[in-house]
Amino acid sequence: MLGAQDIVFWVLAVVSIVAALGVVVVKDLFRSALLLAVVFIAVAGFFVLLSAEFLAVVQVLIYVGAISVLFIFAIMLTRNVREGNLPNRLQIPAISVSALLLVGMIVAAVNTDWRPIPEAATDLVESAQTQAVSGVAEAGNDGGSTGIAELLIGEFVLPFEAVSLLLLAALIGGLALARSRGT
Amino acid sequence: MSLESMLIVAAILFAIGLYGALARSNVIAVLMSIEIMFNAVNLTVVAFARYVAPLALREEIGSVLTGQVFAIFVITVAAAEIALGLGIVFAMYRNTESVTLTEASQLRH
Amino acid sequence: MVAESLAWAIFLMPLLSFLLISLVIRPFLNRIPQLSGYLLIAALVVALVLSVLVLVRSNEGADLAFPAHTWLDLGDAAIQIGLLLDPVTCIMVVVVTGVSLLVQIYSLGYMKDDPGISRYFAYMSLFTASMLGLVLSANIVQLYAFWELVGLSSYLLIGFWHDRPSAAAAAKKAFIITRIGDVGFLLAIIYLFYHGPQFAAQGLNPLHIPDIWQAAQPLATGGAVLGGTALTLVCLGIFAGAAGKSGQFPLHSWLPDAMEGPTPVSALIHAATMVAAGVFLVARFFPLFQEARDAMMVVALVGGFTAFAAATLGLVMDDIKRVMAYSTISQLGYMMAALGLGAFGPALFHLFTHAFFKALLFLGAGSVNHAAGTFNMRYMGGLRRQMPWTYALLLVGGLSLVGIVPLAGFWSKDEIITAAWLGEGPVDPRVALAVFVLLVAAALLTAFYTFRMIFLTFHGDFRGGGARELQDAEAEGIPAPTAVTDEVHLAESPRVMVAPMLVLAIAAALAGYLANPQWVKELLGIPGHWFSYYVESALTYGHAETAPFNWPVAVISTVVALAGIGLAWLVYAQRRPSADTGEVLETARSPETDETQGSADETAHGHEHAALAPLRSEPLAKAGPVHTLLYRKYFIDELYEGLVVKHVFYRYFAGLTDWLDRNLVDGIVDLSAWLTRQIGRLVAQLQTGQVQFYGAVIVMGAVLILVGYLAFGAGIGE
Repeated sequence: MLGAQDIVFWVLAVVSIVAALGVVVVKDLFRSALLLAVVFIAVAGFFVLLSAEFLAVVQVLIYVGAISVLFIFAIMLTRNVREGNLPNRLQIPAISVSALLLVGMIVAAVNTDWRPIPEAATDLVESAQTQAVSGVAEAGNDGGSTGIAELLIGEFVLPFEAVSLLLLAALIGGLALARSRGT
Repeated sequence: MSLESMLIVAAILFAIGLYGALARSNVIAVLMSIEIMFNAVNLTVVAFARYVAPLALREEIGSVLTGQVFAIFVITVAAAEIALGLGIVFAMYRNTESVTLTEASQLRH
Repeated sequence: MVAESLAWAIFLMPLLSFLLISLVIRPFLNRIPQLSGYLLIAALVVALVLSVLVLVRSNEGADLAFPAHTWLDLGDAAIQIGLLLDPVTCIMVVVVTGVSLLVQIYSLGYMKDDPGISRYFAYMSLFTASMLGLVLSANIVQLYAFWELVGLSSYLLIGFWHDRPSAAAAAKKAFIITRIGDVGFLLAIIYLFYHGPQFAAQGLNPLHIPDIWQAAQPLATGGAVLGGTALTLVCLGIFAGAAGKSGQFPLHSWLPDAMEGPTPVSALIHAATMVAAGVFLVARFFPLFQEARDAMMVVALVGGFTAFAAATLGLVMDDIKRVMAYSTISQLGYMMAALGLGAFGPALFHLFTHAFFKALLFLGAGSVNHAAGTFNMRYMGGLRRQMPWTYALLLVGGLSLVGIVPLAGFWSKDEIITAAWLGEGPVDPRVALAVFVLLVAAALLTAFYTFRMIFLTFHGDFRGGGARELQDAEAEGIPAPTAVTDEVHLAESPRVMVAPMLVLAIAAALAGYLANPQWVKELLGIPGHWFSYYVESALTYGHAETAPFNWPVAVISTVVALAGIGLAWLVYAQRRPSADTGEVLETARSPETDETQGSADETAHGHEHAALAPLRSEPLAKAGPVHTLLYRKYFIDELYEGLVVKHVFYRYFAGLTDWLDRNLVDGIVDLSAWLTRQIGRLVAQLQTGQVQFYGAVIVMGAVLILVGYLAFGAGIGE
């Protein structure tokens, strides 16, 4: 039986893979960038399927809203639209290496006993994830689940600060690189 | 829809991104391919967070959301990487009037 | 009870002085170089006081056995750092610190104007510390380490004036020749270590010296842990090391050359202490030798032969220090012969007295050199008028060396000759008789060369000193001899040099009878035969007893000694006009004004031919080939250098290693270089500068890891 979720999944899978292929093979870079936005949206859809709605929103805002646009800017600024997205001389090694890795990953994914969580806990996890931002206080007898915000400034405060520093450094580095030499 | 199917989709996306990163000559195309790889990884992480990891982790830190936090960090790092990557692309373009990666081999020897 | 730390302090004081001089004074305070001398002297005063304290306590029978500290545990064997404070050690520390102290005081005067004085005292500190460490060692490896350190300091001090090629060569020679003997010693140690399990079966440590003694003793079940041929070989190995250090034939040839070092060094190291280390080593392992008769016989014969042969060489040397060097070898031969004959007490007694009178003689030679500017006796003469103190003190030392009643040398030498005469030791009586003949003959020669030296140096007229010698060398067109200066100032040496000699002279005169009074029950609180009884109490295994005073031997040795002196007087001191070609030994007495320096030079010019006379008329030269043989030291140097070194080593051994080095070693080196270059070229191809190529390689690696993990690794969740 194909449930609604499964149908959505297969649609998203086909869309994301076709779009991704398009990104790497289409000759026109501008179209590549647009297809990239499609990949990002499809991945956001996967996040919804995985009951990570907050991440889906973040994905759309950052990737689709910011990064895709940034790419389009870059493409326009470097006047590479017409020159196009040419392949280099490493076609065969690149294909073989990617294919080998893909096979390896699929074998690993299929052959491993992942020990997924029991069916009974699914509801709890889904509700906790759905309410990721606020957190769940009274989810059954297994106790609650802290929200993302609390996690970020609680348990993961150190990586959080490190990433903040990284962003600051990237900001300054981007400025330094993009500034023309004379000014 | 299951964990395995989700992992396989992510693997395919990753392999496509890898091919693009290795086989395209345009720097911007390479950066775009790398973004696809980042997305594939995020997909894996969130899938694990949904299907495998949470219960054991909740015992320790009282949350099932570790995977999503991880994904947020990855997105942040990806954003920083793109900002710098495009900065480098501009610098390179300004110096050589070209964004072809195969021509950028000045670090040799 | 002497605390262990106090006994260690004896060794640590000079070591501390070495560290302070070399790390603080030399780098930072070199403007006041005398400081290092004072520091070392202060350290040695403390060490001497402690040594005497230890000796007194040991004599009272205090328990001085301290458990050793394990440094390295090697299973059956343990390298330990420990103290072995038996009577032999207690005597040695007193002798070493005492003589060293006096020599350092003397050095303050002798080395006053030398620019390297801090370096000198640093080496001297190192030497004294090493020597004390050597005699205190309870472990054979510890002993060996100090043994080599002593060799190192000897090398450094012989080559102290390293800008003189002859000094550098002498230092190398000393180092290499003693090293040949040390190989034997090392082999003995390795043998002991190798047989550790047999020792361990008896609960013994094969490297702990008292355990080694015990191992040589017969077991109740018959046999010994260390016995038979093995024991003989170990003993011979130890004796080889001892022979190298103590200049026994055939490893003696380095010692005369070692006189290139500063004279106080010769006095301390190459007369009184270090060369005695060989005798000490044999004495230390005496319980082993007692069980190995063959080894004992070798020791006795080598000692007796060395005593005689070295004395013959002393007859003809011109260099006052070389005469004494051969004399030292000869006297060390006496000690070795005594040990070989089983006369343990007499050997150490002679070591004890010899340290004093030989140090005195060397310091006297240094004093003479200070005045005459040379060591060559042919250019001295008549110094007794200008240097009365040196003359008197050297006379005391000389008489003590010759063995005249009642000076120290008489008593100790007499005990050795008595032991040979009686032949009661473990050695065949015929061997003992042969040794007796050799030793008596050596006594005659000793008397002769000692007084030849005194007559040539102090009697007759002054013959120009170093200035004259340099002129002659120039006239004959030979290179100027080293260690000769034209600064001739005929005057007594400063008090700082005479005072230590005076102390040594008192010791050289009295130490013999005071330490080992004969005939009486007690003398000034010292019981009769104290030294013999005390030293022999060190033998916890085996047994040795000093023979009582023997009148016939005493008469023989005294007559022989007087005969030697008389002969020397007839040949060198009797004023007689020369019969042939106007050569005279004693020219007309110079005017009184000779005693001032300026006119001494003038006179030397004025009496050129007369002053040259003794150079051409060495009376012994009439012996023709015999004199040549002796003068060339039995051609041993030529044998060693010409035959062994030049032919065997240079041609064959060096030729072989040279070929191996050129072809095999260089070939391997070149091959590895060639391989590296080729591999480098190959690998350089990989560096394309293409980022994506690098990326592909990295991913390839990741794929390999993944495949390996899937194929061989444990799957997740298994």
